[in-house]
Amino acid sequence: MDWSLKWDIFIDKVSYNNWNNNFVKMLGNGLLITVKIAVLGLIIGILIGTLIAAVKVAPKYKLSVRILDKICAVYTAFFRGTPIMVQLLLAYYVFLPMIGVRGIDPEAVGVIIFGLNSGAYVSEIMRGGIKSVDVGQMEAGRSLGLSYGTTMIKIVIPQAIKNILPTLGNEFITLIKETSVLSFITVVDLYQALRNIATANQVYEFVIPYIILGVVYIILVLLITLLVRGIEKLFARSDRSATNSKRKKTRKAKVQL
Amino acid sequence: MKEVILSVQQLKKSFGEKEVLKGIDFDVYKGEVIVVIGPSGCGKSTFLRCLNCMEDASSGAIWFDGENLADMKVDINVHRQKIGMVFQQFNLFNNLNVIDNITLAPVLVAKKNRSKLKFKNFKIKIKNLFSKEKTPLLDLGDDLKTIKEKANQKAMELLKRIQLEEFAEAYPSTLSGGQKQRIAIVRALAMDPKVILFDEPTSALDPEMVGEVLELMRQLAKENMTMVIVTHEMGFAREVANRVIFMDEGVIKEENNPKEFFSNPQNPRLKDFLSKVL
Ligand SMILES: Nc1ncnc2c1ncn2[C@@H]1O[C@H](COP(=O)(O)OP(=O)(O)OP(=O)(O)O)[C@@H](O)[C@H]1O
Ligand SMILES: [Mg+2]
Repeated sequence: MDWSLKWDIFIDKVSYNNWNNNFVKMLGNGLLITVKIAVLGLIIGILIGTLIAAVKVAPKYKLSVRILDKICAVYTAFFRGTPIMVQLLLAYYVFLPMIGVRGIDPEAVGVIIFGLNSGAYVSEIMRGGIKSVDVGQMEAGRSLGLSYGTTMIKIVIPQAIKNILPTLGNEFITLIKETSVLSFITVVDLYQALRNIATANQVYEFVIPYIILGVVYIILVLLITLLVRGIEKLFARSDRSATNSKRKKTRKAKVQL
Repeated sequence: MKEVILSVQQLKKSFGEKEVLKGIDFDVYKGEVIVVIGPSGCGKSTFLRCLNCMEDASSGAIWFDGENLADMKVDINVHRQKIGMVFQQFNLFNNLNVIDNITLAPVLVAKKNRSKLKFKNFKIKIKNLFSKEKTPLLDLGDDLKTIKEKANQKAMELLKRIQLEEFAEAYPSTLSGGQKQRIAIVRALAMDPKVILFDEPTSALDPEMVGEVLELMRQLAKENMTMVIVTHEMGFAREVANRVIFMDEGVIKEENNPKEFFSNPQNPRLKDFLSKVL
């Protein structure tokens, strides 16, 4: 491989016709869209996932709860059973035209599909988190006359979220990386931005842009990892033995590996 | 005649095929301290948990405040506000500090009652629009800020009472077992319950902490708090209980005042049990 030639072509492109500015702008916009859709998707995912998890773990005496439970099961099966790319294509090119919606912003479609998709995964994560909270917490709340929902919201879910923060961090990282399929519905995300740079001026040279793409993704993921650690520390405030139990968990994980 | 707080009739409870409670009749009088003892697995916890419907009775009636709690149509949350429960494992809310543990339920309940009143006033206002006779609006009582302040004040008083006021901002994980259990007890007290149920409140404690929890319960007994206590502390039962109940094989085999109960047991199973634990 002739690296110096590839590098020259890249620099040429970047500096051509005030390309310098443009390059930064394209990269920046792509990055922004990737982060924006992943963040909004995760937020929607956490909201939907928590609701579904609450239905999944709820006692199934009432018919209404059982029906909701079935709906949630179908929803989770669909969004976990198909690739997110297929979901995007179906939503943007099949479902929306079918119901007569035109000219909708593909970014909005991206946010919604990422949110719905993530909701299905987060619901499983959250269910595990809720199950990991001692049943005594729910019993104590109920014994004081609080309703199931109130105890869930005020007591159980905050503790569940604390327990699943690392896993939620992983979900966020997955979302960030999966945004690369947004280009299928014409969104210019980080990946598409670098593709556009690679093909600019009818000069097709992918090597340097793709290396940059990989590096930017890695930096993003490392930053998120740091962020999640910080949030974990914040949550650990109410738990003196947090560091201890975490150590135990990692040790267990290591043994399993 | 003493006032009956809680009355249980022919209470039965099965888990699947297995019948754990086989027909229990039981009255709790106001101000009474009842200690329930019995061999492990005989259904003491199940019995206690049926009283506030943590477990739903399979059949029978539980009368409290003029309603049958075993009836599924009863709003159990309203009644549970007046039936405190103290657990073996304390069950303090791990995500809340001590003072919030105590004030959470009183504040939420007061808020809920207030919004119910507000809704009623709204309906009255609408009715007043269309009728000549104006119905006066209901008094909403304290505003939200005052509710919170009063609850905090009361919680601090309760904490002072158990000499733990300096731990108001601490989280449960930083406390000893004895401290946790005493806080769990005052958390129940903060609701002004008519009766408190204790399920082996000292069984998960290190021996040196048992005393402080029993002492608090002794004080409550002196103040005529109505209590139903499952425990293995025979000394405490003898000293504090008004009535001791021996449960075995899903029924009440014997009940008596502590003096007779311990010195002159009748049932052979009880004699056998006492010879093992005393
Ligand atoms: N949720 C449940 N599902 C099935 N069986 C149960 C359940 N809870 C309790 N049991 C059974 O009911 C019986 C009575 O249990 P319970 O906990 O009431 O006994 P206990 O007298 O409190 O015993 P201990 O002194 O050990 O606390 C036991 O055989 C137990 O296995
Ligand atoms: Mg028990």
